[in-house]
Amino acid sequence: MMHQYEVTFAGFGGQGIMTAGQLLAYAGIEEDKQVAWIPSYGPEMRGGTAYCTVVISDIPIGSPIISNPQCACVFNRPSFDKFTPLVKAGGLAIVNSSLIDVTTDRTDIDEILVPANEIAMKAGNAKAANVAVLGAFIGATGIVSFDTIKRVIKEKMARKKSVLEINYHALDEGRKLALKTLGKKARG
Amino acid sequence: MAVDSKTVFDRPVTLRDVVTHYCPGCTHGVIHRLVAETLDELGLRERTCGVAPVGCSVLCYNYFDTDFMEAPHGRAPALATGFKRMRPDMIVFTYQGDGDLASIGMGEIVHAANRGEKFTTIFINNAVYGMTGGQMAPTTLPGQITTTCPAGRDVNHTGEPIRIAELLAALATPGYIERVAVHTPAHILKAKKAIRKAFTLQRDNKCYTLVEVLSTCPTNWGNTPGEAIEWLDENMIKYFPLGCYKDYVEPEGK
Amino acid sequence: MAKVLMKGNEAIAEAALRAGAEGYFCYPITPQTEVAEYLSKRMPEVGGMFLQGESELAVANMLFGAASTGKRVFTTSSSPGISLMQEAISYMAGAELPVVIINIMRGGPGLGGILPAQSDYFQAVKGGGHGDYRTLVLAPSTVQEAVDLTMLCFYLAQKYRNPVMMIGDGMIGQMMEAVEFPESYEEPPLPPPDEWAATGAKGRKARIIKSLFLDPVSLENNVLILEKKYQQMIREEVRCESYKISAKNKVLIVAYGTTARICQTVIDELEADGVSVGLFRPISLYPFPEKEILKEATRKNIKSVLTIEMSMAQMMEDVERAIQGRRPVHFYGRTGGIVPTPEEVKEQVLKVLSVKRRSTKKKS
Repeated sequence: MMHQYEVTFAGFGGQGIMTAGQLLAYAGIEEDKQVAWIPSYGPEMRGGTAYCTVVISDIPIGSPIISNPQCACVFNRPSFDKFTPLVKAGGLAIVNSSLIDVTTDRTDIDEILVPANEIAMKAGNAKAANVAVLGAFIGATGIVSFDTIKRVIKEKMARKKSVLEINYHALDEGRKLALKTLGKKARG
Repeated sequence: MAVDSKTVFDRPVTLRDVVTHYCPGCTHGVIHRLVAETLDELGLRERTCGVAPVGCSVLCYNYFDTDFMEAPHGRAPALATGFKRMRPDMIVFTYQGDGDLASIGMGEIVHAANRGEKFTTIFINNAVYGMTGGQMAPTTLPGQITTTCPAGRDVNHTGEPIRIAELLAALATPGYIERVAVHTPAHILKAKKAIRKAFTLQRDNKCYTLVEVLSTCPTNWGNTPGEAIEWLDENMIKYFPLGCYKDYVEPEGK
Repeated sequence: MAKVLMKGNEAIAEAALRAGAEGYFCYPITPQTEVAEYLSKRMPEVGGMFLQGESELAVANMLFGAASTGKRVFTTSSSPGISLMQEAISYMAGAELPVVIINIMRGGPGLGGILPAQSDYFQAVKGGGHGDYRTLVLAPSTVQEAVDLTMLCFYLAQKYRNPVMMIGDGMIGQMMEAVEFPESYEEPPLPPPDEWAATGAKGRKARIIKSLFLDPVSLENNVLILEKKYQQMIREEVRCESYKISAKNKVLIVAYGTTARICQTVIDELEADGVSVGLFRPISLYPFPEKEILKEATRKNIKSVLTIEMSMAQMMEDVERAIQGRRPVHFYGRTGGIVPTPEEVKEQVLKVLSVKRRSTKKKS
């Protein structure tokens, strides 16, 4: 099915943008796919806007420069303004509606609104907002399986049981929301 | 009555039996000998690596019979750092003049001393650039004439001479820093004691050690060897007082 | 060994350890600082020496001293820092010391920027410092290749007792990809350090590690000894790769590092549109794969050559020299930290194709 998929995560420094991308990249490797995680770096990392692009592919990855990803996961308004217009036609925007009060006027892409901060807070920790969006992304695209991402979250991020449960909960809420929005049936 | 002849004075094994390129009246030769004697006495020759500077003593690797590295101008302390860090079991010394150490290599010497690198620096201060033909050094005295301050060093134009022993002694890191001279036999004996102390502390892996040696340069000072000794005694020691500026103190609880 | 996801800088650091690096000297500079951060933890774990120096100037000279012991040592930096290291690199080449220097390039000149560039090409392959010397230069295009080439750098540094550089743009250092570390490291066929390094004059003559030869005959002699090594490198160390080179190609792209990957994507896309383009990727930048490029560029079907760089036609000079005027060589590059997009490169390929077509028409 898939040949290559590109997704950009973007938001403020501190929103777990880089981590969300890395978790996805780890999951890709777990599933024997080719992956590249390409960050923005430099002064931007110190509290400004941060973004990273993850490429997951069945074949060796060529250009790590992705002008038009298939999906943008945007966590704040500046990122929404910058990255939503770049999404490939037929692609997807996942919008953190907790912090972004607008929606795209593009009709050639799907849009999923995820109140990520609220989901995270309800789950028990505001820091899990990135995982809520990640859940929505995986729910919508099925790029990696939930079993895999759960294993990765456990291994790479949340060894403590309480933290793990918060993240699993956020992940699942994101997934459900994505499926509901796109009218898909819940899988696994 | 037959008298057994006994050698009471000889060339140190660590000093090669070669003619040096140093000018008549230059005290490099004396200082070379003191270092070589020390390495002989402490039995360190076979595990020593020296670092030669850029300046008159650039060829000192031809005179010491130990392994040697030839450093870029001023970088001897960086080479010594890299070497000693990889081979802490070896003895390392840098032999540097005032242009090399106090001008172009000021950054390297301050940081090596501050890291407490366990090597020894023999710092030759003769208040002038020798090899390039007598230009102003950071240690040139106020009013002293050189080829780049022909009217005498103007401190309003180029600042005051730098006192290296005092400057490095101000660092908080433990070390041994002493200033000596070699223009009289009595001073030579004291200088030997300081150099031996420095290498002993290094051998025992204690601290960074530096001996600043006031030295003569009759060629570039424009005087005779005898006059050079008098000039050093009358002018240099006033500005660069001799003595131990920092002594190694064993940490408490050891 | 299983694949692990690693940032280029960290993978380079780990690869150096796998190649037996015992000493690392560094000074922080973006975008390579992760190498230093990684090794500050890992070096002590493997019993090696990690030291942060006061400047790149000092660090390169520490490397000089450290290499003189015969131990395997290296440093990493980025463009402005590498400029400061040139003094010691020249000295180490002259004194025949095996060291590895890795440059994760950023845009210049001057303080420039911190984003990816390839603008230190001249500095790396044409010498950088003063005097008649060369550094062997390798350029990876993926994180995995950065691992492999880092290990190869140590092998080659020892094989030739010469500074070896690896240059990667900031992207190579910052990007994360899956990597696999080789199980073992092949030791180079080299006289052991006690035959050339400063290990103490015990039971042998004192040894001097130096680049000073005041007698011009001796200096010329030393330069000729070095030159012999460079000639051997030209014979034995040329490395390159081609991608979709075929008799259908009209244009041959030459690119290295990250830029080459961008070109691969372009070539795939053009192929889907029925336009056949091949890629020649130099892996060793010194020695430059001159004969290999000449051979590929002068195939009958190749009408012109297009060099793509993240610098201003620096490698192009070597491409032109290799091709000896037998094909037109075009250039497209972005610089200052801007990475060319596949779209831009594609446009350039099409432009070169149409220029060529027009000129062919004129002739007929």
